[in-house]
Amino acid sequence: MTNLASSTSVSAEMVRERISGRRVDVGGRTFEVFLLIALLASLAILVTLLVDVFSRGSGVYLERGLDFLVSPLSSEASGAGIGQGLFGSLALMLIVALTAFPIGIGAAIYLEEYARDTTPTRFITANIRNLAGVPSIVYGLLGLAVFVVALRDFTGPESQGRSILSGGLTLAIVVLPIVIITTSEALRAVPTGIREAAYGVGATRWQTVRSHVIPYAAPGILTGTILSMARAFGETAPLIMVGGAVSFLATSDRGLLETIQGKYTTLPTSIYQWVQEPQRAFIELSAAGIMALLVTILMVNGIAIFLRNRYARRW
Amino acid sequence: MRLLFMGAAALSVVITALIILAIVGEAWNFISQVDLPALWAGGWFPRRGMFDIPTIVTGTLAIAGIGMLVAVPLGLGAAIYLAEYASPRARGLLKPVLEILASVPSIVLGYFALQWISPNVIQNVCVGGSSNFNMGAAGIAVGILVTPLIASVAEDAMYAVPRSLREASYGLGARKRTTSLRVVVPAAISGIVAALIIGFSRALGETMIVAIAAGGTGGSLFSLNPCGQGQTMTAAMTALATGSDQVRGSDLAYPSLFFVGFLLFAFTLALNVLSERFVRSVRLKY
Repeated sequence: MTNLASSTSVSAEMVRERISGRRVDVGGRTFEVFLLIALLASLAILVTLLVDVFSRGSGVYLERGLDFLVSPLSSEASGAGIGQGLFGSLALMLIVALTAFPIGIGAAIYLEEYARDTTPTRFITANIRNLAGVPSIVYGLLGLAVFVVALRDFTGPESQGRSILSGGLTLAIVVLPIVIITTSEALRAVPTGIREAAYGVGATRWQTVRSHVIPYAAPGILTGTILSMARAFGETAPLIMVGGAVSFLATSDRGLLETIQGKYTTLPTSIYQWVQEPQRAFIELSAAGIMALLVTILMVNGIAIFLRNRYARRW
Repeated sequence: MRLLFMGAAALSVVITALIILAIVGEAWNFISQVDLPALWAGGWFPRRGMFDIPTIVTGTLAIAGIGMLVAVPLGLGAAIYLAEYASPRARGLLKPVLEILASVPSIVLGYFALQWISPNVIQNVCVGGSSNFNMGAAGIAVGILVTPLIASVAEDAMYAVPRSLREASYGLGARKRTTSLRVVVPAAISGIVAALIIGFSRALGETMIVAIAAGGTGGSLFSLNPCGQGQTMTAAMTALATGSDQVRGSDLAYPSLFFVGFLLFAFTLALNVLSERFVRSVRLKY
């Protein structure tokens, strides 16, 4: 009798529990915690990376201040800096902006606004997506064969083709597919109704694109191009292929053409040189260089995200 | 205007053609001049005429494999959490972490692999002692690089699964975990597979991390030991390009650079085409 009573009371307890639905799903909670740990691991890695870089690199800035930002490359760790590297990187960015942006945005406008859905168009689109997946070092090989060797007379006879011009054009090819893809996405987000309204009042295709589609897509295009710039700023492998690592910037007074046809170094390739040196002083220099690189890239990304949120349009 | 834009679009085809022409031409030069036994010489020492293809291919696969061991659980876990579990607020806070990680240049992760992962992780794990430069540290850093990429592509795929599928599952009394693993993941499986393929392709082509941390700058013997040095296709290419005698010079070193580049291009192109296939089958379904 007592046995039966106790067993009914247990089952009544179970029934109550089930009705109130307050049982803890242990398996489900563990699963969720594991997922969260996977995500937090990325955060922990990011924090460890930043702490390591800043703890090693900040000493250089505390000791030398802005001197590090303007000093040239040097075999003496105490006098070496990223002045030439920053100049080279900025010059490359200028070439990327002048070549990859007009070509990339133009190509995207053609593919989204002009081209009909034919086999050649589909081939070009698929081709661009595949180009975006090609490792950047392969673009370095392309730059080596085309700009450094084949077009040497144009890119810099004196620097044997290992010039700012070769490096800039190579980087432009690296980011071109990214510019095309992000611009295409921005154009696709503009509703068809906007275009139809323009055609309805008699605008030609070019007038529609120029005064309706592009202004509405501008924030998206801007964000995409700025992000691709940040990507190009940290790109190292193709520059090693086309000779950015082994060159020093000549300091004498030179004209514009001589400068862009001349030898150069960049911020990431300077870091690559320092990180290979075993001495402690050079490791600290590389950490300090990485600080400058990361601060620039995070700032540029921040600006892009700010612009996207500020001017984002909801249809 | 139309013609101008069309020219810009056609330029992408020209670039592809140039890549193929430039690379295949020199690669053919290499193949026609090299002694074939030199391609199975037991080690990669281009200056001594030893162009062992198995060394650099297995080295590449080993490092990409270690990378995937790190990136698959981290990337997929993060993707499932963000797509299925995270509240909008948590999502807004946690997603930028992956975006920032994705914007870190690979040279920075190369520094991190050599200066932090190698002394703090690998040298504690490898009981038999390890070299400062090793494949393990490079592989882990490659995994960190690929994690945000896998997470973002996989999350997009799961995000695209219609709400009605989840509601149907809850309606049958399924729990959150069952719904995530048995309904959402299978529905998004082609996108998830595509994410893994894109991640692997990116890991194969990663250059700066292995060039800095794997220690193959002077050539390497055939090795699969993650505690020891190794050589990959990409690191072999940077070593050839930065060698003291420059790229032009010793007879076969320059064309061998293009031959390795051709192998890498062929591998990644095949993987990209494959992932395209998988992504397209997601789009067809919904």
